[in-house]
Amino acid sequence: MPEPTFDPSATTAAAREATRNAHAHSAVPTIVVVGHGMVGQRFLEALADRGLTPAAGAARVVVLCEEPRPAYDRVRLTSYFAGQSPEDLSLVEADFMDRHGIELHLGDPATGVDRAGRTVTARSGAVFAYDTLVLATGSYPFVPPVPGKGARGCFVYRTIEDLLAIEEYAKGAATGAVVGGGLLGLEAAGALKGLGLATHVVEFAPRLMPVQVDEGGGAALLRTVQDLGLTVHTGVATQEVTVGGDGAVTGMALSDGSSLAVDLVVFSAGVRPRDQLARECGLAVGERGGIVVDEECRTSDPAVFAIGECALAADGRVYGLVAPGYEMARAAAEVIAGGRSAFTGADLSTKLKLLGVDVASFGDAHGSAEGALDVVYSDARAGVYKKLVIGRDGTLLGGVLVGDADQYGTLRPMTGAVLPVAPEQLVLPAGSGGGPVALGPSALPDEAVICSCHNVTKGAICEHTALPEVKKCTKAGTGCGSCLKVIGQLMPPPADAGLCGCFPYSRSELYEIVRTLEVTSFAELLDSHGREEARGGDGCEVCKPTVGSVIASLAPTVGASGYVLDGEQAALQDTNDHFLANLQRNGSYSVVPRIPGGEITPEKLIVIGEVARDFGLYTKITGGQRIDLFGARVDQLPLIWTRLVDAGFESGHAYGKSLRTVKSCVGRTWCRYGVQDSVRMAIGLELRYRGLRSPHKLKSAVSGCARECAEARGKDFGIIATAQGWNLYVGGNGGATPRHADLLAQDLSDAELVRLIDRFLMFYIRTADRLERTSAWLERIDGGLEHVRDVVVHDSLGLCEELERLMADHVAGYRDEWAETINDPDRLRRFVTFVNAPDAPDPSVRFVPERDQIKPDLELLAGPVLAVRTLEGTAS
Amino acid sequence: MTTATFTTGRGTGTGRVRLAHGEDWLSVCDRALLTPGRGVAVLLPDGDQAAVFTDRAGRVYAIGNRDPFTGAYVLSRGLLGSAGGRPFVASPLLKQRFDLATGVCLDDEGAAVPVFAVRAD
Ligand code: SRM
Ligand SMILES: Cc1cc2nc3c(=O)[nH]c(=O)nc-3n(C[C@H](O)[C@H](O)[C@H](O)COP(=O)(O)OP(=O)(O)OC[C@H]3O[C@@H](n4cnc5c(N)ncnc54)[C@H](O)[C@@H]3O)c2cc1C
Ligand code: SF4
Ligand code: FES
Repeated sequence: MPEPTFDPSATTAAAREATRNAHAHSAVPTIVVVGHGMVGQRFLEALADRGLTPAAGAARVVVLCEEPRPAYDRVRLTSYFAGQSPEDLSLVEADFMDRHGIELHLGDPATGVDRAGRTVTARSGAVFAYDTLVLATGSYPFVPPVPGKGARGCFVYRTIEDLLAIEEYAKGAATGAVVGGGLLGLEAAGALKGLGLATHVVEFAPRLMPVQVDEGGGAALLRTVQDLGLTVHTGVATQEVTVGGDGAVTGMALSDGSSLAVDLVVFSAGVRPRDQLARECGLAVGERGGIVVDEECRTSDPAVFAIGECALAADGRVYGLVAPGYEMARAAAEVIAGGRSAFTGADLSTKLKLLGVDVASFGDAHGSAEGALDVVYSDARAGVYKKLVIGRDGTLLGGVLVGDADQYGTLRPMTGAVLPVAPEQLVLPAGSGGGPVALGPSALPDEAVICSCHNVTKGAICEHTALPEVKKCTKAGTGCGSCLKVIGQLMPPPADAGLCGCFPYSRSELYEIVRTLEVTSFAELLDSHGREEARGGDGCEVCKPTVGSVIASLAPTVGASGYVLDGEQAALQDTNDHFLANLQRNGSYSVVPRIPGGEITPEKLIVIGEVARDFGLYTKITGGQRIDLFGARVDQLPLIWTRLVDAGFESGHAYGKSLRTVKSCVGRTWCRYGVQDSVRMAIGLELRYRGLRSPHKLKSAVSGCARECAEARGKDFGIIATAQGWNLYVGGNGGATPRHADLLAQDLSDAELVRLIDRFLMFYIRTADRLERTSAWLERIDGGLEHVRDVVVHDSLGLCEELERLMADHVAGYRDEWAETINDPDRLRRFVTFVNAPDAPDPSVRFVPERDQIKPDLELLAGPVLAVRTLEGTAS
Repeated sequence: MTTATFTTGRGTGTGRVRLAHGEDWLSVCDRALLTPGRGVAVLLPDGDQAAVFTDRAGRVYAIGNRDPFTGAYVLSRGLLGSAGGRPFVASPLLKQRFDLATGVCLDDEGAAVPVFAVRAD
């Protein structure tokens, strides 16, 4: 902390008074922070880390915040539209200000700075004396000076308040336009589309995201963005916003003479540093804006610092990204605390998911260095574009990845190093000769920066052995999250691969134990193979369902009951399996009858409609080509299923870790392109594998030709018809970590196809971990796809006969769980809400109307809704 | 509602399960209706709900049925387990675990559910 150089002779009377007041209250120096955005908050945290807080008795800290709420995650602003509340986006722990004694003034911006008197005046009239002033005022969205820009229906996209206003106005609008096709513009366009507006993007440059991606990347991006239903206009400028008699937007006139009829316009044409306060008090600002600072983030007045987007850094750049701002916050705090630090510049690498499309650029993405060579792979049809910029000496200078940015995490830290393999091998897609080579993080040097948000190197990460520890000690992974995958790969596998606190064995080891020793009881397994301290106990919520599933998978083979709710098995099942239905947030259940291949007769459709009507259930077509009936009470489940079973329906196992659906396209029977009967095959497969218990849910699909309308490559096992037969793909996944399935074998006959799937599934069930989808399993096991192919196609382990027999046992032993339940009074007994009042309906399950159906009465479920503990804990 | 649980006996499956409610012992159900490792819900005279469990050793426990994290009355449908010899139930919704003897949430010290005294003859 520099000695306060306080000179009363140079101040005005009022300020002198205020200053004296302030100093009278505390003998410690006062730090005033203007702006409580992302960087302002990070600066406060950096002060706290260095003990420079009122609570530590070292300083008075005053924060002036213009917005009505404390700092929030502007980077994730758009997730507000995905259901995140403003509170979810907050960056400030509830008691942060109190704990550190920091004075935060919400909704009270600074209006003037008196540098001579060292005071800041706020809009409320309050005056604050400072010894050190930190400006963290961020940017404002630039709105081009076109006529009509201020009309009702024109917005910018920067704050939560902006989003609230857009959301409100969009209710009365049908069409929207975003001016600007950069990173933020596309994000805003995605948001408008999500609000149900037909959406245009108008970009002055000849391509989208001109700053981040090059021409080829722009083309791939354009294609994908158009496929999402946005209308893109590049190479044209907005000349005027046309306004109707009521003062509201009616359209836009473009520079190519065309016009667009739109109800709502969002300007996203770049940002400008908010340097007005600095200008007015005579601090040096750059020609094109930005408060001039040196490497210590000090402005032309040594008592004033500027950090974040409002600063013009020592390298002559204004950074519009959060990571460099965080670096500045850290540097400034260090300097103010009396240490030494410098911000000399940062790299502009970014990885984002825009409208669901991965886009990443890093290093010298435009290949501007002399003699640089581009290695490019481009597949406009698939919307994939990858470019690596290689220097003359073979070093990686930078790159652009569009559509598939999985390699970003490993490539970015290699910038500046010579690649260990030929660059082409890194950009070619899977399945093409020679590529791709997966470059593991083990190839990275220790100095490689893995987390660019927090500037954490591989070396620093590898000092820790578990992710939570890494996050806590280095902050790596707590920003944009794009580095998490690589961090995970750097962590050593846990010393004890045991399933949980009760068993020292993995799921696949338990499978082998159950299979070879023919164990049929959980208690027996726990007492013979559990950890010493867990024997005789009750197990836990992890091992009980896992062992339950293993015993169920092997039931016909080891001689256990095939019915998952018999005897001790009942106590092992998650609540969904226990009631053969899916628990919903208000304690009611959903009912999903199986509709194999998505094919259903009008009669059966009518039965579903009648059942839903008679029981007042909410009805929705699922993403799996079938129908979900929501809102049933426990005691209604048997009555509902009696009607469904009578009409020929079976359980759809939506609740189990088991086969879900085999989706199908309509195929050759109707479709002019179809080459095989995909519906027949899908129904056959769904009936064959229904009820099969597995480590995680299993999904499948069959497409009638290469157009792939059934999305088979997004499934655990997907089948695509060829003129000669069927191609089998395995290891696909939608969900949180999508993966395209890999080709296992081609041009198979019906019988060959079924045999291969039998073996594949049984090999997976035998060797996968708990809650490991086939995609993750395939990536994890030694040898990957090649190994699986050796085992199930070439029978390299001599297992195939047994795998086929296990599946034959399953197929022969299958019985519909619901039919078995409703025909057995003993099994029906569990379906009551209250053990002491079997006839009383659950008073806590109540509904309110919405869009002519019901929805849970959430008022009734008062109490905070907390975040999901783990994704893997969910029921399906 | 009391804040301590006391359990008796490791009965063989006959007899009644009773729950302390105000001054009275509310008769809940036959012991035989309880499946070790699972729970049942009980409607209390005041409209509130309790969740009653029995573990592998035959001990009986009762806590409030309302999951404080979601507001739903579902704890009776969770899986019972034991950690360090202490029994818990994992909520079937978001999987937070509650100690059956104290009602305290093992995953979030700030949360707890009420505990009822139970008796199993
Ligand atoms: C009903 C449905 C949404 C809809 O209204 O369309 C749905 C609903 C649920 N999904 Fe799903 N998923 C549904 C299709 C999908 C699809 C699309 C598909 O299958 O083609 C996917 C992506 C494909 C995939 O799985 O690879 C999907 C990916 C997930 C995931 C993420 C899985 C992953 O590997 O990342 C979960 C979470 C999990 O399993 O851990 C999930 C979990 C869930 C659960 C079970 C969450 C829970 O435990 O409460 C939801 C409750 C269902 C219920 O009935 O109560 N659901 N879910 C769809 C039911 C399909 C069906 O008929 O069986
Ligand atoms: C939709 C969106 C998506 C983004 N995505 C990314 C991304 O993926 N990656 C990335 O790196 N960056 C992204 N950014 C940019 C990132 O949000 C900014 O770089 C970051 O917020 C800058 O932090 P800051 O503190 O400098 O400015 P801000 O967060 O803007 O904070 C400045 C604060 O100062 C306040 N203020 C201004 N003047 C005064 C005054 N006189 N008195 C008091 N308070 C004042 C403002 O109201 C504001 O709250 C995105 C931005 C937006 C809007
Ligand atoms: S995948 Fe082929 S056969 Fe099936 S519906 Fe699409 S175009 Fe037709
Ligand atoms: S790179 Fe953003 S959190 Fe690590």
